[in-house]
Amino acid sequence: MALYSEKVMDHFRNPRNVGVIEDADGVGEVGNAKCGDIMKMYLKIDGDVITDVKFETFGCGSAIASSSMATELIKGKPVEEARQLTNQAVAEALDGLPAYKMHCSVLAQEAIEAALDDYEKKKKA
Amino acid sequence: MIYADNAATTKMSESAIQTLVATIKETYGNPSSLYEFGQKAKEVLENAREEVASLIGAEPREILFTSGGSEADNQAIISAAKLGEKEGKKHIISTAFEHHAVLHTLEKLKKEGFDITLLDVHANGIVLPEEVEAAIREDTCLVTIMYANNEIGTIQPIAEIGAVCRKHGVLFHTDAVQAIGHVKIDVKEQNIDMLSASAHKFHGPKGVGFLYAKKGIRLTNLIEGGAQERGKRAGTENVPGIAAMATALREVVKDIDKNREHLVPIRDKIIAGLAAIPHSALNGDAAQRLPSNINFCFEGIEGESLLLLLDDKGVAASSGSACTSGSLDPSHVLLAIGRVHDVAHGSLRLSLGEDVTEEDADYMIKAVKDTVEYLRSFSPVWRNLVAGKTPFIL
Repeated sequence: MALYSEKVMDHFRNPRNVGVIEDADGVGEVGNAKCGDIMKMYLKIDGDVITDVKFETFGCGSAIASSSMATELIKGKPVEEARQLTNQAVAEALDGLPAYKMHCSVLAQEAIEAALDDYEKKKKA
Repeated sequence: MIYADNAATTKMSESAIQTLVATIKETYGNPSSLYEFGQKAKEVLENAREEVASLIGAEPREILFTSGGSEADNQAIISAAKLGEKEGKKHIISTAFEHHAVLHTLEKLKKEGFDITLLDVHANGIVLPEEVEAAIREDTCLVTIMYANNEIGTIQPIAEIGAVCRKHGVLFHTDAVQAIGHVKIDVKEQNIDMLSASAHKFHGPKGVGFLYAKKGIRLTNLIEGGAQERGKRAGTENVPGIAAMATALREVVKDIDKNREHLVPIRDKIIAGLAAIPHSALNGDAAQRLPSNINFCFEGIEGESLLLLLDDKGVAASSGSACTSGSLDPSHVLLAIGRVHDVAHGSLRLSLGEDVTEEDADYMIKAVKDTVEYLRSFSPVWRNLVAGKTPFIL
């Protein structure tokens, strides 16, 4: 029995949207190295639509796969829709995560929220 | 495929398989039965006991067969605790980097009122005999220190620690699960009172091991029932497993020098190769370690993703990362030698098999190097380190 679903392994082996956006409109970083997981999300937003998204992750297989899947789920979506993204949606899109790895999907959701918060803050300023 | 997780378990040797199968087929009697079938099984059992005893310098009656290393550890420690308690001695000395079979048994005893001292294993993963001596008190009933560490492979000065214990009249137990078959063990010469071993770590079958307990040490039963194992371990003996264990042990002990001569240069080549990866560090003493063990920390990456990608490249290894243990904390062994959480998550253990080749070593070095570089390429931790935003630890 494999530890992870085929989909998790696919996103882990071939992560989508890996990298950095230098002139990002919103950047969010969550987690800490002490716990073994850090996710950083970069958003490019045009007219309240997420036109590009990139991520960097320090973490286990499911952390990398969760980041990758989360970026796919919000790319091209309006900001309001991205705000609704839940960790369950990320986990489901990956055909499930082991119970003790669900926090990876939570981290992905929080990283996107943090990046959107950063975007809103910059917009106001 | 390169199997580099021999500290987790080993492939059974052909001769051990042959012994196992032959015993299952031909010697299926119950050793406790008086008829010929039973007595044949009894003979196989006692021959195995003699063989195992002779391979570690013990007497046959000092060998008690168990289900493996964990049971042997439990029984040794519980027995010493019960003996100590009778004399009002409720202090036990051990180390912070023991196997959980030892640590969890000690935690249980702590709840029963025992005082536990866990000695420092220092940055190199080696216990100092003088610190053992300094920790011994009037009420110390047991010193239990592993022979070689299961994660970082460091070999402890067992004979010296044994001598200190003998001098002070304190029982000395060693969990030799990782050491036996890799280093020469003579329980009498090394002043060992009790020793635990597990067959599947030296090419024997799983589910079988033994406890050596010097004669005169009254053991406590963990399993009540029949009078097997001189009344100290009930349950019909795993005769095929025990016979196969003896075969496997004979083989590894016979080849101990040959295997070391083959493994040490390959181990050291891999250590040198991995040390060349920037911001990496070997865990545990470079010289005083098992010939098969390599353990590194790589800064800026996490161990589980490293293992999964190595598996894709055909290398089976292990890590002390929290994510591979199902807990939030990384390996207690790495923390015990002073590695901080941030780098302990990025650890890798390669434990070599005797059949490893130079080509395998080259392949593994390249596979690890490429994978570490790849994971660093999108690690925010690595980015911050390189940018100077956070200081390098390694």
